[in-house]
Amino acid sequence: MNIHEYQARDLFEKFGVASPRGKMAGTPRDAEIAAQELGTEKIVVKAQIHAGGRGKGTFTNGFKGGVHTATKPEEVRELAAKMIGQTLVTHQTGPAGREVHKVYVVEAAEIAKELYLAILLDRATAAPVVIASTQGGMDIEAVAAQTPERIFREPVHPLLGLQPYQARKLALALGLHGPQSTQAAKLILALYKLFISCDCSLVEINPLVVTKAGDVLALDAKFNFDDNALYRHPEIVALRDFTEEDPREVEASKYCLNYIGLDGNIACLVNGAGLAMATMDIIKHCGGEPANFLDVGGSATKEQVAAAFKIILSDKKVKGILVNIFGGIMRCDIIAEGILAAVQETQLPVPLVVRLEGSNADIGKKIIRDSGLAVISADSLVDGAAKIVAVVKEAAATEAAAAAEAAMAVAVAAAKAATEAAAAAAQAAASLPLKSKGTQPAAL
Amino acid sequence: MAILVTPETRVLIQGITGGFGSRHAQLSLDYGTKIVAGVTPGKGGQIFERVVPIFDTVAQAAKETGATVSAIFVPPPFAADSILEAVDAGLDLVICITEGIPVADMVRVKAAMRGSKTRLIGPNCPGIVCPGEGKDSHGGCRIGIAPGYINHKGHVGVVSRSGTLTYEAVWQLTTRGLGQSTTVGIGGDPVNGTSHLDVIKMFNDDPETEAIIMIGEIGGTAEEEAAAWIKENCKKPVAGFIAGATAPAGRRMGHAGAIVSGGKGTAAAKIAAFRDAGIAVAETPSVMADTLIRHIKELGK
Repeated sequence: MNIHEYQARDLFEKFGVASPRGKMAGTPRDAEIAAQELGTEKIVVKAQIHAGGRGKGTFTNGFKGGVHTATKPEEVRELAAKMIGQTLVTHQTGPAGREVHKVYVVEAAEIAKELYLAILLDRATAAPVVIASTQGGMDIEAVAAQTPERIFREPVHPLLGLQPYQARKLALALGLHGPQSTQAAKLILALYKLFISCDCSLVEINPLVVTKAGDVLALDAKFNFDDNALYRHPEIVALRDFTEEDPREVEASKYCLNYIGLDGNIACLVNGAGLAMATMDIIKHCGGEPANFLDVGGSATKEQVAAAFKIILSDKKVKGILVNIFGGIMRCDIIAEGILAAVQETQLPVPLVVRLEGSNADIGKKIIRDSGLAVISADSLVDGAAKIVAVVKEAAATEAAAAAEAAMAVAVAAAKAATEAAAAAAQAAASLPLKSKGTQPAAL
Repeated sequence: MAILVTPETRVLIQGITGGFGSRHAQLSLDYGTKIVAGVTPGKGGQIFERVVPIFDTVAQAAKETGATVSAIFVPPPFAADSILEAVDAGLDLVICITEGIPVADMVRVKAAMRGSKTRLIGPNCPGIVCPGEGKDSHGGCRIGIAPGYINHKGHVGVVSRSGTLTYEAVWQLTTRGLGQSTTVGIGGDPVNGTSHLDVIKMFNDDPETEAIIMIGEIGGTAEEEAAAWIKENCKKPVAGFIAGATAPAGRRMGHAGAIVSGGKGTAAAKIAAFRDAGIAVAETPSVMADTLIRHIKELGK
C-alpha cells in the first residue's frame, strides 16, 4: 500500500521526523488559505498523486510540471487551479496519467545540501538495514551502480533495534558535524521508530536536506507498507486512496482475490501465486500476451470465482480466458461451479479454455462437460496455453479477414459506382454536341 | 532415508480444530501419516476425529505423544507465537503453512530462533511430502496441504517456493514414472526459515536422492545463492524453473516475496545463474520433469 506525500508528512510529524511545514488543499481557495497560514516568503505547490516524476510531468491541459514555487497566496491559488481536477502524466503514470484531487502547499526550503536516507528490510539478512548516501536528490539505483562507495549500509539487529551510536555513525557518514549531526541522528532514530511502529517495508527520504539555515529536514518521502500487517494498522488503512488504484484491483481486493492488470489480451485465472506467474509466462511462450495476474488463492468459494470472471471480463482488451487450476487446497469442483455461475451471468463473450488437475479434478471436469457449455478443455498447462493462444489468434484473424472482406466489398462497390458514374458522365458529355474539346466532364 | 521426515515421523498439528487445520489433518491421516497430537489452547482433553488427542500446549503434546515435528495452521496474527512455542518445546522441525504473517513478526522469530535446534520451514508454504509405498503413495508422511495422490515414491528431490507449481512438477514426474524422495515447499515469503540452499545441501547428502528439481520465482537472491553453491559442490543433476519472467517490475505477484525491485530479483538474472551453475533450465513450467530427464541422460548418470 502507498500513501500521499501530505499523509507521509503527517506521519513524520507524529513520530518527530523533522520536515517542512505544509498543508493539504482540495480546492484552489483552500490552497490560498493554506499559503496565507504558512506565511512564508516562498511556497511550493505540489500535485498529490502516488506516482513519481511529478516535477517533470505535464498535465493533459498542457500545463507543465506538477511541482511549482510561488511567493504570493494568489499565485498559489492560480497554480492549484491549474492542477486540481486535471490529469498529470509522468514517466511513472503511463500515458493515461492520474487525476489530481489534492495539492500539498508547503514552505520552501533553502537547500544547502541534498542527502539520501532509507530504511528497508534486507531479505538476505532477514533484518532491517539503514541506507544513507551523500548523493541525495538523484536516482539512488544509479548511484549504487556507478559510485557504490557513496552508499552506506548500517544493518540493524532485529531484536535490539537501531542503536543511537549507529545513528551517529550514519550522520557522520553523511558528512554532517556539530549540531547538524545531532539533528540527523535524532531524525534517523525517529524514522526507525516510525518504520517499525507502522510495519513499513520501505521508508525512503530523497532528498534529506540541510537547509541554508542549518536544519536537517526530510523533504520528500516514499512509503511502502507490509500488506500482511495492515490488519493491525487501521490508521494506515484509512490513508488508502482508492482513486489512485486500478478499479479492477480494488474490486478484486473486495473479494480477497489477488489481481494485477497487465497489457495483453489473454486473461488467466489460476490458484497459487507461483503457478499464476508461470501461467502468464507460458502464455507469452506460446506467442500470446497475458492480460493479468490472478491468483484466486487456496480456498476460493464459488462466489469468488464468479467475481473473478467478472473482473477479468471488465477488461475490454480480453479476447480469451485460460483457467489453470492445480487443486491442492482448492477443489476443482468448486472452480467448475464458479465457472458455470459466471458464464450464466456474463454469457461468456470470449473463448474459454479450462485445465483442471488435483483435488476433485474428475468431478470438476464432469460438471463442465455436463453443462454443455462451449468450454475448451485442456489436459496440461502447455496444452491449455497453446489452445487459448491459437483460438484467440484465430478469432483475430477471422475478424481481420472479415474486416478485410468488408473493406474489399466497400472498395469494389465504390469502384463499380465510380466506373458507372464515369461512364454516365462520358455519355452525358458525348451527348453534348457543343462541348469544347479537352474539357473534362464535371462529374469526373 | 529421505530428508527431514520419514513415514515413521510423529507429527502434531497446531490449530487442528480450525477449519483449515482440521481438513488437512484428516487428509494426512487418510494418507497414512502419523498425526499423533493436536494443539489448541483451551481445548486440551478433547479428541480430534476420535483418534488424535488434543492438548493445550505444544510442550504437553510432545511429551505425551513423542511428536518431533509440528505443522502450524493458525491464523496470521497468532502464527509467530505458535512457531516460538514449538521452538521452546524443543521440536526438531516446525512447518508453518499459514499465509499472510507480517514480515516484521518473521524477522523477530528468525532472530529469536538463532542457536536453537529447531528447523523452521515456511511460512506460507505447502509443506513436505515423503511419499509412501502404497497405492497413490499412501503410507507416506504428508505434512501440509499438498494433494497426496500426485506423489510417487522414488529418487527425485523437489524444492520450491510455490505450492501449486510444486504440485505441477511432482505430477509431471509421477506421470513420467519418476518418483520423489522428498518434496519440500519452502514458502513464498521474503523472510522464511529454510532456504533453497539449505534443502539442496540436504538433498546432496541424501543417498536416496539421485536428482533434484529446484523451482524459484522472481524476488530476492536465494536462487542465485543456491546456484552458486551447486556450481561448486553439488554431485547430482539439477533441473530448474523460475516463474515470473513476464511480471512487471515493482508489482508484488501474490507472494509477499515475489517482487522485482531496485533491478534485483529478475527472472533473467536467476535463469542466468542457473545456467552458469550447470542447472538445466526448463523453458516453460510444463517441461520441468522432461528437462530433468533429458539432463540426466546427457550427463549419463
